[in-house]
Amino acid sequence: MPATAPPLDDILQPLQERFGALDTTTFRGQTRLVVPAQMSLEVFGFLRDRGFDLLVDVTCVDYLEYRGAKQRYGMVYLLASTGTNQRLTVRVFVDDPEPTVASVVPLWASANWLEREVWDLFGIRFSGHPDLRRLVMPEEFTAHPLRKDYPMQGRGERHNFPILTREDG
Amino acid sequence: MAIASDPRPLVSDAARPDAARSEDYLWTLNFGPQHPATHTTLRLVLKLEGERVVDALPEMGYLHSGFEKIGEHLTFNQYVTVSDRMNYISPMANNVAWHHAVEKLLGIELTPRCKYIRTIIAELARISDHLLCNGAVGLDTGAFTFFLYGFYQREVIYDIFETLCGARFTNSYTRVGGVSQDFTPLVIEKINTFLRTFPKTLDDMERLLTRNRIFVDRTKGVGVLSKAEAINGGASGPVARASGVTRDLRKDEPYLAYEDFDFQICCASSGDCYARYLVRMQEMRESLKILRQALDNLPGGPVNVGIDQRTALPTKKQVYSTIEGTISHFELSMGNRGFEVPCEEVYAATEAPNGELGFYVVGDGGESAYRARCRPPALLHFALFPQLIRGHTLSDVVAVLGSLNIIAAELDR
Repeated sequence: MPATAPPLDDILQPLQERFGALDTTTFRGQTRLVVPAQMSLEVFGFLRDRGFDLLVDVTCVDYLEYRGAKQRYGMVYLLASTGTNQRLTVRVFVDDPEPTVASVVPLWASANWLEREVWDLFGIRFSGHPDLRRLVMPEEFTAHPLRKDYPMQGRGERHNFPILTREDG
Repeated sequence: MAIASDPRPLVSDAARPDAARSEDYLWTLNFGPQHPATHTTLRLVLKLEGERVVDALPEMGYLHSGFEKIGEHLTFNQYVTVSDRMNYISPMANNVAWHHAVEKLLGIELTPRCKYIRTIIAELARISDHLLCNGAVGLDTGAFTFFLYGFYQREVIYDIFETLCGARFTNSYTRVGGVSQDFTPLVIEKINTFLRTFPKTLDDMERLLTRNRIFVDRTKGVGVLSKAEAINGGASGPVARASGVTRDLRKDEPYLAYEDFDFQICCASSGDCYARYLVRMQEMRESLKILRQALDNLPGGPVNVGIDQRTALPTKKQVYSTIEGTISHFELSMGNRGFEVPCEEVYAATEAPNGELGFYVVGDGGESAYRARCRPPALLHFALFPQLIRGHTLSDVVAVLGSLNIIAAELDR
């Protein structure tokens, strides 16, 4: 396998031809592609067919207090190709209320738990996800703690937990 | 147990035609969160038909401590203490991964000596991780001696780390632009002693277990992960390589000093617990090769980046004898004039012992990260667990769990 991955032009050019001009930026050798939420699943299907067989990570950034941010939530999809070692970061931006993006579980099984984690911690819904439950927080938890309006300390969520007494147990 | 290769179907439909009645034969077993064989705090709800696992439902979150939220409040140097506590059986590898991402965001080029030192500690961490993981697989399948052999060598590595930075377990060794302490002659001597003595122990360990009939029967053909499933499920590290995915970031995206060394990527094709064991055993030998080359060619010169980069604290001598050193030390110690952080975001991954450990760091110009996402390899491996265990027996649960090397602190963060 080559130590240096080939440039992404062969993939990005047909992608732009098919889906129109998509915003592409590069920082420290990493190419980021911004995809509108409504066509994200088609773009992901296209990218997977072009060799991005590995979904490394799905995560989210809450840009609530970020300078110059237009939309609140920025989904991050880190794609990689096991054949060519290319990497591509895809960004999908969504906004309040009811931020929703299409689930990529039909394309990559690895997205299952990663999307559950994003739902749990950011409250982003994934339409078409087979099993969208909370992953790390307890089921009865109501907030989404990695949002920027959620404080690191000081909000008493404990009162939401059911109280067990000695008699119940 | 070898019943795993038993060709009988899971539920014989001829005997029990209606699905509702076949459900009656299933019973549910709660495994964990406190169980010696889960090693960490995680829970499995197993559906069993007799001794055979029909389905498994992994539950996690028992150790969720909000590491990513804390990462938004601690500075880039402080957060390394939290990264120690992620995969706590190889904390040095987490330190290296975290600052690798931060330095990529800040655009810092490390000194050659620092690159070598970080490579050395990362490889020592890999050996200690693989020793515990394989040891635990041995322990869970009944080979206690093997586990103790491995654990003794981990103590030796802990000793090296203690000599190096004063901490055995939670090292917090790296800093932005460098490391907290340079190698002393004593550290190099200790690593050399380890390199001399460890191969013999590794041979002993292989003789104990690799061809041990009981161990082979319990792990061969158990928990098979195919190559397509491994890629689709996002597996990385030894788990993916045991399934035939030839992906190793040390070769594919060389970082630190890995480009300079001659070593092999260890792969297997069968994808079962035994293959994962073999890959880990072989990777320790390759790590030894890297360590030997790195120690022999350890470059001289400064270990931290220079004063002009304004990221690593200057040495005492520089602080007391040069004006630049004094200014740099003062500025780095003040809360409001630390690093120059771009309003950008970056993902950087390293090949941690467990797989691809990456951090997605967003900078907003401030002292700490705006978002510090950790991509834990164990999360994706644990998600694969149900499909690996289906159709095997209850006693295989611990073998599969051990071979995936799930560390709940890294899983839940």
